[in-house]
Amino acid sequence: MTMTAGSNLEKILTSGQKAVTCECGPPRGADAEHFRHKASYLKGICEAVNITDNQTAVVRFCSMAASRIMMDLGMEPVMQMVTRDMNRIALQSNVLGAAALGIKNLLCLTGDHNSFGDHPQAKNVHDLDSIQLLHCIKTMRDDGKMISGTEVQGRPAMFIGAAANPFADPFEFRVVRMAKKIAAGAQFIQTQCIYDMDRFAQFMQMANDMGLTEKCYIMAGITPFKSVGMANYMKKFVPGLVVPDSYIQRLRGVPKDKQGAEGIKIAVEQIQQCLEMKGIAGIHLMAIEWEERAPEILKAAGLLPRPKVD
Amino acid sequence: MVVGESKPIAEILEMLKDCKKVVLAGCKGCVTVCNVGGEKEVGILASELRLARKAAGKELAVLEYTCERQCDPEYIEALDDLVKDADAVLSIACSVGPQYVAARYPYVPVFPGINTTFIGGAVEHGVWKEYCQACGNCILGDTGGLCPIARCAKTLLNGPCGGSSGGKCEVGKGAVDCVWHLIYERLKNLGQLKKLEEPMLYKNWATSRDGGPRTMIREELRK
Repeated sequence: MTMTAGSNLEKILTSGQKAVTCECGPPRGADAEHFRHKASYLKGICEAVNITDNQTAVVRFCSMAASRIMMDLGMEPVMQMVTRDMNRIALQSNVLGAAALGIKNLLCLTGDHNSFGDHPQAKNVHDLDSIQLLHCIKTMRDDGKMISGTEVQGRPAMFIGAAANPFADPFEFRVVRMAKKIAAGAQFIQTQCIYDMDRFAQFMQMANDMGLTEKCYIMAGITPFKSVGMANYMKKFVPGLVVPDSYIQRLRGVPKDKQGAEGIKIAVEQIQQCLEMKGIAGIHLMAIEWEERAPEILKAAGLLPRPKVD
Repeated sequence: MVVGESKPIAEILEMLKDCKKVVLAGCKGCVTVCNVGGEKEVGILASELRLARKAAGKELAVLEYTCERQCDPEYIEALDDLVKDADAVLSIACSVGPQYVAARYPYVPVFPGINTTFIGGAVEHGVWKEYCQACGNCILGDTGGLCPIARCAKTLLNGPCGGSSGGKCEVGKGAVDCVWHLIYERLKNLGQLKKLEEPMLYKNWATSRDGGPRTMIREELRK
């Protein structure tokens, strides 16, 4: 796969080494210091950090500003973009603006529906969906054209990513949809949080059989449980997530003050299991509002220190 | 058809609070079929309004009439005699009705008695669902005859998204089918799953409301 943006993440993945990305959500206010503090836990432990774009449809400071702040900290962002809140005019404008700021990794998502967020009365946009956004960015970068056909004055050099959820339905279509994302322009994939290892292994088998792991870097999404409460919540209320009962029983089996540690132990095991699967190019660790524990998870999983590339 | 739902009686009473005499205009079109604005509903709503206002010590005269259709100006004319000495018209047609009433009677206030909700149909007695958003460029031929524009919460053209679970959409607490799951099953039955392997690219929304309010002119009919 040829280099397109030359980001740290792209270089590590291209070198064939297992890559690590983490996640950091901007705050629900203009408190940049809070964001810098959270982000500081992730410095030096991963190739790049995903900056969420108003995740769960809750207003936060924007991913482009947070990405720039992260770069000022000497870290590399993966700027997330959702198609829920912007039409093709605003999305393309943001891609160009992000490139102008030096952002090199973009992750294209449709986004959680606004009815789940803090402004359920909002008008949603959905002019494009995630697959069309992937195609749009790839076309701007490779052909120098906007959706309208207008020539781009200065092509945005981006390493383009997408998400995949192996746990939604219909199961046999999930890998086909991932293939569509790759065909549209996705160079790397970060999966939804994986808990059901058997189903994920089956998904990866299908991806390997279709040759997708030759065309795209697939990073396994891991989210540690902070408590049995969180595990139960994810099982019951997060659509398209499968949480096996065995994990819930394991967490329940330890005292409350040890559940976090047990959750971390589970995450480390999951990372190791994923890394053993054929076609896994890296780990996407989403320690939600738990950034400070990311280093110990990665260390225990044998992923630290991070390799260096030129 | 156009599907509507009654506005709460309190909201209607508030709109009519300064009126002594109103024309309550129903419609024999879609709103009759969806049991919200036909002759029967005109009668029921008229009685409710009279009773409520009588109880409040401020009687209201309600003149009842159900138009053949309210989405045709010529059928609005039938209201002329009733409107003459009325304070307002309360229309329980879809929202085309109140606008045609407003156009015909420049000096008479008009109020909507229903909310026009969607273009859809009944799936069982008393249950209606949305099937069309009038995007102006039908793609049903590509999607197995099922519309993702109207029926996917995110208007995806490349679904189903990661929130599709057990055939249901993540929006609607399990009450809404994932239309992309239905499209997948249908194309599977038709032996056309290949159709879902190619990314479906950008939709031209200019034919939809996004291109501005729409006017359709058919010259052959104008002559």
